[in-house]
Amino acid sequence: MKKLFALLLAALMVFGMVACGQTGDNTDGTGEANKPAEQMKVGFIFQHDEQSTYDKNFIDAAVEACKKMNVQMVQKTQIPESQKCYDAAVELIETEGCEIIFADSFGHESFLIEAAKKYPDVQFCHATGTQAHTAGVKNFHNAFASIYQGRYAAGVVAGLKLKEMIDSGKITAAQAKMGYVGAFTFAEVMSGYTSFYLGAKSIVPEVTMDVKFTGSWYDETKEKQAAQALIDGGCVLISQHADSMGAPTACETAKIPNVSYNGSTAAACPETFLISSRINWAPYFEYMITQVKNGKEIDTDWTGTIETGSVVLTEMGKNVAAGTQEKLDEVLKGLKDGSINVFDTKNFTVKGETLTSYKANVDEDADRAADTEVIENGIFQESKFRSGPYFDLEIDGITLLDRNYGE
Amino acid sequence: MADTVKKNREPLMHIVKRDDITGWKAWAIRIGAILLGLLLTGVISGLLTGASFGEVYSIMFKGVFGKFSMIFQGKTTMLWRFLQQTAILLCLALAVTPAFKMRFWNCGAEGQALMGGLAAMICMIEIGDKVPNGVLILIILASSLLAGAIWGLIPAIFHALYKTNETLFTLMMNYVATQLVAYYVVLTTAGAGSNIIKPVEHGNLPILLGEKYLLNVLVVTFLMVAVFIYLKYSKHGYEIAVVGESQNTARYVGINVKKVIIRTMMISGAICGIAGMLMVAGTDHSINTNTMGGQGFTAIMISWMGQFNPFIMAAMSGLVTFLKTGAAKVADTFFLNSSYADIVSGIVILFLVGCEFFIKFSVKFRHGKKGGKV
Repeated sequence: MKKLFALLLAALMVFGMVACGQTGDNTDGTGEANKPAEQMKVGFIFQHDEQSTYDKNFIDAAVEACKKMNVQMVQKTQIPESQKCYDAAVELIETEGCEIIFADSFGHESFLIEAAKKYPDVQFCHATGTQAHTAGVKNFHNAFASIYQGRYAAGVVAGLKLKEMIDSGKITAAQAKMGYVGAFTFAEVMSGYTSFYLGAKSIVPEVTMDVKFTGSWYDETKEKQAAQALIDGGCVLISQHADSMGAPTACETAKIPNVSYNGSTAAACPETFLISSRINWAPYFEYMITQVKNGKEIDTDWTGTIETGSVVLTEMGKNVAAGTQEKLDEVLKGLKDGSINVFDTKNFTVKGETLTSYKANVDEDADRAADTEVIENGIFQESKFRSGPYFDLEIDGITLLDRNYGE
Repeated sequence: MADTVKKNREPLMHIVKRDDITGWKAWAIRIGAILLGLLLTGVISGLLTGASFGEVYSIMFKGVFGKFSMIFQGKTTMLWRFLQQTAILLCLALAVTPAFKMRFWNCGAEGQALMGGLAAMICMIEIGDKVPNGVLILIILASSLLAGAIWGLIPAIFHALYKTNETLFTLMMNYVATQLVAYYVVLTTAGAGSNIIKPVEHGNLPILLGEKYLLNVLVVTFLMVAVFIYLKYSKHGYEIAVVGESQNTARYVGINVKKVIIRTMMISGAICGIAGMLMVAGTDHSINTNTMGGQGFTAIMISWMGQFNPFIMAAMSGLVTFLKTGAAKVADTFFLNSSYADIVSGIVILFLVGCEFFIKFSVKFRHGKKGGKV
């Protein structure tokens, strides 16, 4: 027994030395001990952690923005869309003293509004939400980006590739059918694939598109199967709005060009990757921090654009059509200066007719009624009446092979 | 001479079954195991983060209870959050305990609680605006109890009548419950742009003394005492113990084994139903497949570690909640990923479960003199 005790004691001492020996290294800025007291703190609530591509996009941007703005980032990861989001906000405010709280998932919204009501002096910012403009809570704000512009530009790249295939006699114009793997049949996804389609159509007017939904933001198997089904159905180019590598890898195997989302997939799919669009959240984080630092109000609905650096396109893959870069630069310039409007009603028809008026469900309420006229000056004004997308029209040329509203 | 010594050589150590061990000794071993586990997690944390041992634990403490200064100022929000999480975990552990004591391995607490929560949610949404709130809460209580009880009853009946394996059956029932919740969520939110049920205003449990979690904590405290009395002093509790020890003995003394199994599982399920109701009507006012967050499975371990004693289970729930919340805080502070929290609680739980070996057996070291003939 004595021997055992001695052994334990020795082990303890070694451990203690190892543990204490490390303390000197704590100057890399991750620990809290050496932080000056006056530095402003910003709290971030993430639904998962960096293992999820969705959250990683936010976490990377937050780290970058906080470093640039010289504020301290305090994060809470793995926060579900429940009362726990409210609890996390309370902790960030009461124990950490955060002056801004940001949450990254759609379902956090109601719980964040509850916290915003309790702490009127703290600013609450929420990505992808829809309630800020009707909630009447002054310190609660929504933000999104006009990613439809990025998808339109990516669509142009896809269109050029299709044109190359037609010109080289690989396919006929009538065979120019694209496929799209979507997560759910809601406005965010519909707005995305429609803008992608319109981008391609601006190059190849005959193009059509089939859409399949997986019913999940991340399901590699289902996304792969959906992409394969589209390829089998005659689609000659695939894009997707879902977070896994399912569709890109299916394309690489089948040697079908792919337009990716949320980042480049060139490393895994060098032969087929064309381009990818993604939202960069750093500009918004810098904006909200600047506003609070200067004692100014944050916009109720903030929409990042190509101009603000919120909508970005990755580098292009090696197999894009010749002349793509020039055309892309021209399109990006047009999107920036407003000479190209993605949802110009001249560019699409619904059931054979050009729209002159459409009411969308912009205000979140129980009845989900269409409440706001969104066509102005012949343009469907996406992201104008609130930052979150509300384009939910099914336009001609796009065929929905299935629908999926949930699990 | 030397040869004989070698032949009779004893191994360095060997294990001997302990005949009986005094209560305090067993607990000294358990507490020692917890401390060793905490020590090891501290060391691993130190190696991963570069922080000192004391720093790691002070961050953990801060993540669970808030800053010391806050406590002195009477700011108790963090403390309440800790009590709430402990209470829900304890409630589920209390629920499975009567079944475990009967040697019926109810691994379905998660599903039974989800069904209780789902019943509450359905009442809140479907009849929330039609009846006064007081009546609604009574309806919610009744339907949650019933839903949980039914979810416990189904595997019990099959086990009692057809001897199906209750572990697998109750586990499978979890998936069915999860899918039912998913289905209801889709049903009520279809086309709304997401599959999130926004918090419902009707049928929320009352907030006592301005503290949202107080009622939850009180309900579970009451349940803790009730389960203790039920198991220790009631006739039912005695029957459960006898059935657990030996079904043949139970039959011999005239206990209706099937009846006891079915009754106990209904109680087990009903208490889970209460946990679900506390989460849905008392906390989230919404439901999703992750509402119970896997605590139904953690509860199984809590019940075991607490030796089926509700008061010790309360302490164990507190310990596990502390470790999980505190480790999550350490992970967030040092930008580690979420697996860190699982590692930390895993280590401590491994020590706790592992130490049962040292309670059942003692390790004897070789003693030179007694060893062989010298």
